[in-house]
Amino acid sequence: MTSAVELSGITKRFGDVVAVDNVDLSIADGEFFAMLGPSGCGKTTTLRLIAGLEFPTEGSLSIFGQEVGTLTPDKRPVNTVFQNYALFPHLTVLENVGFGLKMQGTDKETIRSRSMEMIELVQLDGLAERKPSQMSGGQQQRVALARALVNQPKVLLLDEPLGALDLKLRQEMQLELKKLQRDVGISFVFVTHDQEEALTMSDRIAVMDDGKLLQVATPEEIYERPANRFVADFIGQTNLLEGTVSDAETVILENGISVRAKNGFTAGTHVAVSLRPERAHIQSQGEFEEGWSHINGSVETVTYLGNALIYGIKLDWMELEVREENHPGVELHRPGAEITVSWDPEAISVVSD
Amino acid sequence: MSTSVEPRGWAKAALHVNGWFVYMFFYAPIVLLVIYSFSNSRNVGTWGGFTLDWYRDFFDSSNARGALSNSVKIAIFSTIISVALGTMAALSLERFTFRGKKVFDALLYLPIIIPDVTMAVMMLLFFGEFFDVLDALFGLGLRKGFWSISISHIAFNISFVSVVVRARLAGMDTDLEEAAIDLYASRWKAFRYVTFPQIVPGIAGGALLAMTLSLDDVVITQFVAGPGWTTLPVYVFGLIRKGVTPLINAVSVTMLVVSMLLVVLSIVAQRVRRSG
Repeated sequence: MTSAVELSGITKRFGDVVAVDNVDLSIADGEFFAMLGPSGCGKTTTLRLIAGLEFPTEGSLSIFGQEVGTLTPDKRPVNTVFQNYALFPHLTVLENVGFGLKMQGTDKETIRSRSMEMIELVQLDGLAERKPSQMSGGQQQRVALARALVNQPKVLLLDEPLGALDLKLRQEMQLELKKLQRDVGISFVFVTHDQEEALTMSDRIAVMDDGKLLQVATPEEIYERPANRFVADFIGQTNLLEGTVSDAETVILENGISVRAKNGFTAGTHVAVSLRPERAHIQSQGEFEEGWSHINGSVETVTYLGNALIYGIKLDWMELEVREENHPGVELHRPGAEITVSWDPEAISVVSD
Repeated sequence: MSTSVEPRGWAKAALHVNGWFVYMFFYAPIVLLVIYSFSNSRNVGTWGGFTLDWYRDFFDSSNARGALSNSVKIAIFSTIISVALGTMAALSLERFTFRGKKVFDALLYLPIIIPDVTMAVMMLLFFGEFFDVLDALFGLGLRKGFWSISISHIAFNISFVSVVVRARLAGMDTDLEEAAIDLYASRWKAFRYVTFPQIVPGIAGGALLAMTLSLDDVVITQFVAGPGWTTLPVYVFGLIRKGVTPLINAVSVTMLVVSMLLVVLSIVAQRVRRSG
């Protein structure tokens, strides 16, 4: 099957700045695909390249098998939901939604009926005659979605679609976007810097940094088996324990302790063991699960979250963060308590730069 | 509210006095001008009973009527051209990057900065040479008058229009144009349906300013107007030399009314757009 979007060897330079660096990427039809990275990582530029708002310096870009690298946006079967919606302030909701059809020369009746249909789909019935300035952020977001989807694009591009909304609305819209995507059945490619948003919403995530594509995988894979140190650190919380590979089963940490850690690196490689806070356990000193790796330390801080406790643990040579679920009967450790941190050797990952 | 920063007591009173003083400063001369334009006395400062004679004189005088019609023609023509050119200049500076942009940017504002007299002398020299050259080349027999005045007015009005339009453009999100292009609009359609409606208030404001400046200008116009060609302000200026009569008041009041009508019209036009 041909991919919905296919980038091969795509590079985009602005003068001396390399915004997107030799990216190969394939997005399947009907996929909810996230592009995740810190600001300035090239994710928005990649989206704009797909939209046709920028042209690649090198490489080829195709949409459903058709090479579109140098085509203007109007020649591409994609539409964009812009970061701050970019609704036309002088037009009503109905006129905003109908804009794309009008530009394509669709007749007035069809424009009206299809726009109204789309306005209903995004649950804005009765607001068709409003101006964008008379609507809330969430409603504007829906107008932007309707305005793009009414053109029946084969791929919908979304640039930080939920960035401007407050937390509660954002969570609602996450679910709604997901549902909308299932209903219309096309691929949604969305750019975000919020790793939690990417994890909850997407079928697959592409993690970018400094113009380069670091890993493309499902949320589980990205979380469980990060491709490198940056991905491990960027996605979720983690503790990075620096060390050197001893063999395929063992890593020697900075302080000389060797821990079991399956890895694919050659002996002597400088690596980090990524230990997620919720994968580690703390118990009174000397107690740990059979077969688990363990290190002694002391409690420095305790943060009570209600459903969980976050411990700041001081080891001889570094500090760790450990998250314990607040189950009934869980043992509370006070600051200053001498404890042992332990973890299942299967629950960690080994990453290098 | 207890935290209010509204002035109280003597400060409030002083502000009121100040306010009225400013109003008086602004409007007392205008009120006097209007009153004395109806005065039946040859001396400007003396009230000689009510009359409309001065207005009759003004509209009966073929010189005055001619000057008025010249002023209006030049104002309309130079406004149209300078709005078109000024808007394009504003668009090019706000939306595009090109070689020499900074220089162009700086040069564009020159007519605002340099003194009127300097500009006037420059224009005088320019038309002296330019029309001679054109004459020699094509035998057009160009005389200073409508064209030389219009071109001069266009020359300084482009700057004012572009300043006003640019301010409006700068406040407009470039995302909007990209969104239009993403929604199948060509560059022209994006301008026509998105950019233009957004900057219309700026263009209207620029046009109004240009028209006012054109109707007002004395110094430059006087230098570049040929013999037998005059605009209303230059005509008024000429009258003063012969002695001030309430005729001048009548002419001035007419100009004032026209200017105020223009302002009111533009405000109404913008209101209609907004609610429509």
